[in-house]
Amino acid sequence: MAAVSERVHPRQYARPGEQPGLWGWLTTVDHKRIGIMYMLAACVFLFFGGAEAFLMRLQLAVPNNTLISASTFNELFTMHGLTMIFFVVMPLSSGFMNYVLPLQIGARDVAFPRLNTLGLWLTIGGGLILYTSWFMGGAPDAGWFNYAPLNSPPYTGTGIDFYVVGLMVAGLGSLMTGINFLTTIVNMRAPGMHPMRLPMFVWTTVLTSLLLIFAMPALTADLILLFFDRFFGTGFFNPAVGGNALLWQQLFWIFGHPEVYILIMPAFGIISEVIPVFSRKPLFGYSSMVFAVMAIGFMSFMVWSHHMFTVGYGPLVNSVFAITSMLISVPTGVKIFNWLATMWGGRIRFTTAMMFATAFIATFTIGGFSGVMLASAPADLQYNDSYFVVAHIHYVLVGGALMALFAAGYYWYPKITGRLLSESLGKWNFWLLFIGFNVTFFPMHFLGLLGMPRRVFTYAPNLGLNTWNYVATLGVFVLAAGFVMYLVNLLWAWKNGAPAGNDPWDARTLEWSTTSPPPAYDFASIPLVRGRDPFWVEKTTGNGQMIPVDTAGADEGDAHHAGKVHVPAPSALPLCLTLALVVAGYGSLLRIWIIAVIGILAMFFCLFRWMFDKDPGEMLDVVPTGGEHA
Amino acid sequence: MSSHVMDVPAAAHEHHGLIIENQRLGFWMFLGSECVFFASLIGTYLALHGRDIGNLGPRQLFDIPYASILTFVLLSSSLTMGLGVAAMGRGEVRTMRRWLYATLGLGLVFLGMQVNEFSTYWRAGLHMNSSLFSASFYTLVGFHGLHVTFGVAWIIALIVYSYRAKGLDASQTVRFETAALYWHFVDVVWILIFSVVYLVGVLQ
Repeated sequence: MAAVSERVHPRQYARPGEQPGLWGWLTTVDHKRIGIMYMLAACVFLFFGGAEAFLMRLQLAVPNNTLISASTFNELFTMHGLTMIFFVVMPLSSGFMNYVLPLQIGARDVAFPRLNTLGLWLTIGGGLILYTSWFMGGAPDAGWFNYAPLNSPPYTGTGIDFYVVGLMVAGLGSLMTGINFLTTIVNMRAPGMHPMRLPMFVWTTVLTSLLLIFAMPALTADLILLFFDRFFGTGFFNPAVGGNALLWQQLFWIFGHPEVYILIMPAFGIISEVIPVFSRKPLFGYSSMVFAVMAIGFMSFMVWSHHMFTVGYGPLVNSVFAITSMLISVPTGVKIFNWLATMWGGRIRFTTAMMFATAFIATFTIGGFSGVMLASAPADLQYNDSYFVVAHIHYVLVGGALMALFAAGYYWYPKITGRLLSESLGKWNFWLLFIGFNVTFFPMHFLGLLGMPRRVFTYAPNLGLNTWNYVATLGVFVLAAGFVMYLVNLLWAWKNGAPAGNDPWDARTLEWSTTSPPPAYDFASIPLVRGRDPFWVEKTTGNGQMIPVDTAGADEGDAHHAGKVHVPAPSALPLCLTLALVVAGYGSLLRIWIIAVIGILAMFFCLFRWMFDKDPGEMLDVVPTGGEHA
Repeated sequence: MSSHVMDVPAAAHEHHGLIIENQRLGFWMFLGSECVFFASLIGTYLALHGRDIGNLGPRQLFDIPYASILTFVLLSSSLTMGLGVAAMGRGEVRTMRRWLYATLGLGLVFLGMQVNEFSTYWRAGLHMNSSLFSASFYTLVGFHGLHVTFGVAWIIALIVYSYRAKGLDASQTVRFETAALYWHFVDVVWILIFSVVYLVGVLQ
């Protein structure tokens, strides 16, 4: 263990073929570096999204407040929603998938390393386009779901243009991510890693990827129609010329409801990893968990109209969608009970990761309950567009997805950096966040039931809304302190955290059988998987080491030199392609079509270069992993 | 899978005995995504069908014999593409290239005829924002045309590539096979468009 106490140098992440410094990061195709960049980008966007929320709560602290104007408030809630959904939770999930998933299935890389890089840059490019709207005529201001006719002239400025182009670019990135991960899981599993031995995080990624592949194009089509409405004067969503404003809603929610599960599925996976490890028990009801995520994924395509109960489709449509929406709580309930049963009788260690996971079960279940209430169509007529909905979405997205992502942060940080996060700071982080979260969002249930509509920039003093609004704003300060505590912990532990070793949690899955951080080639030899929880199987029935299948390419014949592993070479093409697309995006945003055309042509140039670029790859020397060394 | 003999980079990233290799599997997923994309556009066309036709509707504009020739040309190009891939499977690169040229020619004929059709409509006064019919028609059929255009560019690139490559191993043939998959997919979408837009349009 002596070696691990040395400072973890950033170069340790690098593949030897990579350029040092920034250029190396910009051109990398290493899934671990890509994962780290996804997480860093998400943290930056989390700061912006959080600041927007903070300003909104300040405005709503007291009635008739004049801190923020109505139009700015519209921009704030729109950008807050877009940021948190598309540029915080999705990239954070992608980050953990990128870093952990290939390790969990015993692979040295993903199926499409360059496509993976492209997904990262497109996500960031889309976020940048969206955020520059603040400086170019105002941010989008019609809510994250951007309903027609509010999204069209004469109701809007140019902000919605940035919404359209930014989400198109980011959505393309999400599609790449989905294709890449699904192919990786189907084709790149280590020998013996049968489908029913896959870690739950991998299973939830399967479903997340399927949802990305089949849901994203509906949004793309919707955005294209809106683009034509706004740029070429068509009237798809304009009732004045016979267009159908509900068409936007239909296409949006056909994407949007699977999107909700794109956000929460990875969280389900994370919780299913963390709870067994800290309960020292295998996951209870593994097969039922697998079928539950499949059922949830499938059904997520059949419930979209529950977002539209009030538009007047009538009792038949509403009943069908109410029933399918309530049915989806059955497989979700299966998961909740399986997590509880996993903890039942286990030797529970309440580390910070486990505290977040336990809190997730409670807060997500509250969000699930209010979800079933909202799924009841007659009752929904009362809840619709009130703060009750705001409370619901924050209980499932902050109390659900974000809690799980915090658990993932504490759980996998040692694997990523080789150092443990501070548990005492972690406890502060957890309690501040947990209390702050509940104080902020639980009163919103009451506000909603008292009739406070969402997305209003202020309210009158005599409506009985003053107390709970004030409480909610107080909660935000505690919540923000929790986030700051996390940031402090991340930065502190980067240099000063206790050395983690390979397997600090006595964990069960393959990522803990390699070093922390893993070498550039992940595994010196591909491990043989002899059961579910493969590392645990070796700990209990073997000698605690994974059995190597191929010792550094021994079975590849003369294609490999002994002791070397082939990895793909870095490439600047994904970054160039993204830049070209962003240029095309700005060209169309500014209505300078020649720039748009140049951008598109440059994009195709990159694409064809890419298509015929034969990746020579790099041969890496393998340092034999003798268990404990860094 | 045409061969188990892979070159070094492909072998290094892929395990043995895959039922379907990475590129092809990933491309099938992409096509699944494309299905939803075109389903959304076709759904939009149908949802707005008959709401606002303006003076120029399907009955006034569509020329079924002309559209049938378009269909025939595109379907034939699928045949030539299939013959090309079959030739590649037999290792006959020159025959394959001839069939690719034929596919390219037919694709260009299709595009030329479609540009001609669109410009006829445009001159007749059917602009993008003339009516809901014109908007949804140009969007749906136009996006199909863009896909054909991309396919044509892809085929040109493949022809250029086939001159530069000395024989084709498995990691290279998959590039031709995915292009062929794409081309057949675009063809299938056209059959839907021909039925839903053109035939239904004149029948009503």
